[in-house]
Amino acid sequence: MISIAANHRLPVTRCRTFPMLRKSLAKSLGFALTAMLCLPLAACGGWQSALNAHGPEAERLAKLFWFFTAVCGVVWLLVILALGWALFRGTRRTSAPNDPVLVDPDQERRSAVAVWGLTAASVVVLVVFTLVSFFASRGLNAASANTLNIEVTGYQWWWQVRYLDPNPSLTFTTANEIHVPVGRPVKVRLVAADVIHSFWVPNLAGKLDLIPGQTNELTFAANRPGVYRGQCAEFCGLQHAFMGLRVIAEPEQDFGAWRARQIQPARQSDDDLVRSGERVFLNNGCILCHTIRGTTAGGRAGPDLTHIGSRSAIAADTLPNTLGYMAGWIADPQSIKPGNYMPSVPLDGGDLNALVHYLEALK
Amino acid sequence: MTAMDHADYPQDTNLDDAELSRRLTRLWASPKGLIGFFSTTDHKVVGRRYIVTAFVFLVLAGLNAVVMRLQLAQPDNDLVGPKLYNELFTVHGTTMMFLFAVPVMEAVAVYLVPLMVGTRNIAFPRLNAFSYWLYVAGGAMLWIAFLVGAAPDKGWFSYAPLSETQYSPGKGVDIWAQMITFTEVSALAVSVEIICTVFKQRAPGMSLDRIPIFVWAMLATSFMVLFALPAIMLASTGLILDRLVNTHFFDTLGGDALLWQHLFWFFGHPEVYLVFLPATGMVSAIIAPFARRPIFGYLAIVLSIIGNAVLSFGLWVHHMFATGLPELGASFFTASSMVIGITSGIQIFCWIATLWGGRPVFKTPLLFVLGFIVIFVIGGLSGLMIASVPLDTQVHDTYFIVAHFHYVLIGGGVFPLLGAIYYWFPKITGRMMSETIGRWHFWLAFIGMNLAFFPMHLLGLWGMPRRVYSYPADMGWGTTNLIVTIGAAIFAVSFLVFFWNALVSLRSGRLAGPNPWGAGTLEWAMSSPPPPYNFLRQPFVTSREPLWTEPGVLPVAEGLRVDRRELILSSVVDGDPIQIESSPEPSIWPFLAAIATTVFFIGSIFTPWAVVWGTPPIAVTLIGWFWPKGSKEEVD
Repeated sequence: MISIAANHRLPVTRCRTFPMLRKSLAKSLGFALTAMLCLPLAACGGWQSALNAHGPEAERLAKLFWFFTAVCGVVWLLVILALGWALFRGTRRTSAPNDPVLVDPDQERRSAVAVWGLTAASVVVLVVFTLVSFFASRGLNAASANTLNIEVTGYQWWWQVRYLDPNPSLTFTTANEIHVPVGRPVKVRLVAADVIHSFWVPNLAGKLDLIPGQTNELTFAANRPGVYRGQCAEFCGLQHAFMGLRVIAEPEQDFGAWRARQIQPARQSDDDLVRSGERVFLNNGCILCHTIRGTTAGGRAGPDLTHIGSRSAIAADTLPNTLGYMAGWIADPQSIKPGNYMPSVPLDGGDLNALVHYLEALK
Repeated sequence: MTAMDHADYPQDTNLDDAELSRRLTRLWASPKGLIGFFSTTDHKVVGRRYIVTAFVFLVLAGLNAVVMRLQLAQPDNDLVGPKLYNELFTVHGTTMMFLFAVPVMEAVAVYLVPLMVGTRNIAFPRLNAFSYWLYVAGGAMLWIAFLVGAAPDKGWFSYAPLSETQYSPGKGVDIWAQMITFTEVSALAVSVEIICTVFKQRAPGMSLDRIPIFVWAMLATSFMVLFALPAIMLASTGLILDRLVNTHFFDTLGGDALLWQHLFWFFGHPEVYLVFLPATGMVSAIIAPFARRPIFGYLAIVLSIIGNAVLSFGLWVHHMFATGLPELGASFFTASSMVIGITSGIQIFCWIATLWGGRPVFKTPLLFVLGFIVIFVIGGLSGLMIASVPLDTQVHDTYFIVAHFHYVLIGGGVFPLLGAIYYWFPKITGRMMSETIGRWHFWLAFIGMNLAFFPMHLLGLWGMPRRVYSYPADMGWGTTNLIVTIGAAIFAVSFLVFFWNALVSLRSGRLAGPNPWGAGTLEWAMSSPPPPYNFLRQPFVTSREPLWTEPGVLPVAEGLRVDRRELILSSVVDGDPIQIESSPEPSIWPFLAAIATTVFFIGSIFTPWAVVWGTPPIAVTLIGWFWPKGSKEEVD
């Protein structure tokens, strides 16, 4: 739209706008450069950034990144300087005879020595890079005795999260939100239910794919409490862009309390609105896909909703978890995330209202 | 048959230049009329069509990119939905790789290699025509499918099991896979032609150490095609079979999803070098005349090219570092990926040394070469970062990768190509391109490219994955994406400037003459554009830059007939003339064979029976194509 407006104005004031255009171009270039220089710093607050490490794995990778960047930056600068100097030198040499096959043998010998030297130097750099990478990856994925075991299953387009325990009664299922205790290593078993996905929470660790027919394991830890966002990093179809998840790192006792709540089945409420919402849920086909432990709803195709009210976001970290967004999502999931597998269930306003109150009460 | 018999026919030996030119023109000219249009076997005509068609696909795929950039310019944008966005990036990547980048390099080679090695036509010229028509048909199929809404939408990599019928109903993926078959056949054909042309049709005296570096690069590229494409052929055929007749190559019912990735990247990584190697050849070809001296380190550069060609087959796993492969195995591929940095580095050092010892002339082709070095080195260095297994787990499948490979492919492929167009445009059209517009073009392209792709590195590090049709506002990627889109717009405008320059220059550019840049290789020996027969008399080569060492008149060999198309065949190593062979006449059969093959390929998307009823027409056209002529074709 902006360009159309400019086209309209251009013929009228062409002579005067031209310097202005140039000026504004220069200005926007300047803005772009400033932005490019400043944004890395600004983005340190990013909750999905590889440069904003909050765990030992991500810290190691960030250090490795800055090491590579520094060395590569110096190498690039040297190449450009050499190129610039070569050109500068050449343009000054006008007195030499203009016969292209005449080359100075001494100069050729010196150049050969330089090329050999630079090649040897690049070998050294590359050997260092290889060794540094090798030792960096050996230090990753360190589990310990008190490791928390989780299984994450990738579905189109959400994450099922199971907290594993040798005692089956302590095992439970949730979705799209992973709570972890600060400082404790978390080992995630990664499996896929349909196509390939990739589990990536950049503030905490590098990514690892979830591949059908294969189990991968990733270990990470969070250094301090916080909310870290992750996102599927392997193209998995229509809603790949909005297959998000959250990792919430909290102190050990908060985590324990959360876990104890999650293990429980859904709480029965005495609120009439909530109870009628439960009936709406159980009688309208929701149960074909969703489980709510403690009720007859046992569907497996969609996320477990037993404690949906306790989660901070819905639709795989796409919408905030509020009554309004929940109602909008249930009423028309296809316009919010086109192509996702949740059908629109026709409900009248009263039923919808009761339903969202029921779901939000599932703390 | 003996040499005596051959001597009984009219030969070029005793004819004066004007008479010889008249006779050769009649002999080698492409036939006229509509049938003639589809029958031509002149490598220059086919090469020109190839180049123009490839640029048409560049424009189309570029428009895909423009729409994608508009969509991503701000968060939560709804200019296009997920379905269309996925189609856009699939068709963009597929077109750029399969229908532009690799074919355009082959196209330039089809035009130039015969001229550079001093022969009158490419080897197997009918196969060449066939390959072009197949390429057009494959590209047209993909784009018609896109325009009617049946496009593939699973990426240019079509990872299984996402590309299997269960998750990709419809015909989109089949069209993608079959489009690969088209370009595969066409690329294999061109590779065979180039290898034979370079090995057997070089001008007498052009021993292996006198081949222009661009020709070396194309030779290495052609061998790579022979080894890389069978892997993707296996993969795409397996995928089609999975989808058409329920085999289980790549699904989870007995197949293996990772097998697809291994096969795809065993082809896919060398594919990048199928673009980069010819481009380095172009750079070497341009640097020498514009530095006004022979290339520094000819042998080192040739060995680096061959080294790159071989090594590029040992890197494919670095596309799969996030799949959970064993650590030591993955680390091996870190090492092999690093090694290719050495062979690429040597070439860059040699180019700088060439400029160092030369007297650079700052014309547009050289500007693009310099731009290439600046941009490509960034791409090469970020390539070292993603060769590192641990580092790659953070940046893999993010915009960092998008930035990296556009730096490599635009910096290392498109910039040299544009330089090459400015450099060889006068040869192909007879007219110079405008220097002034050329400079505008260069600076717009250089600024636009960097503004579009450099910030993407940051986006990737800040967590933005690839192939997302939108992103939430609170991710903080909005401003940077807007900058990227502005850069992309500038880059797109630079192409408008380029095409404008090409069109204007084609009509009214300054006349070029045979050798406007004062270059040393054989393609500058004849008038511009070259006559249908290329060389009036067969040149005899005594050095790497014949036009520099023999200014004035080149020594020539004689004894070719002027009543039928004849070439000199020479020995592989020394380029000694050993035989005279006839070169095929124009024929409509390759075109008909291409149509029959197209019907077969497209039919088999819809029914396995097309494999049965599609074969006889191909057989008929091939019989027509190879119908014997009744006279002996070669003379010792």
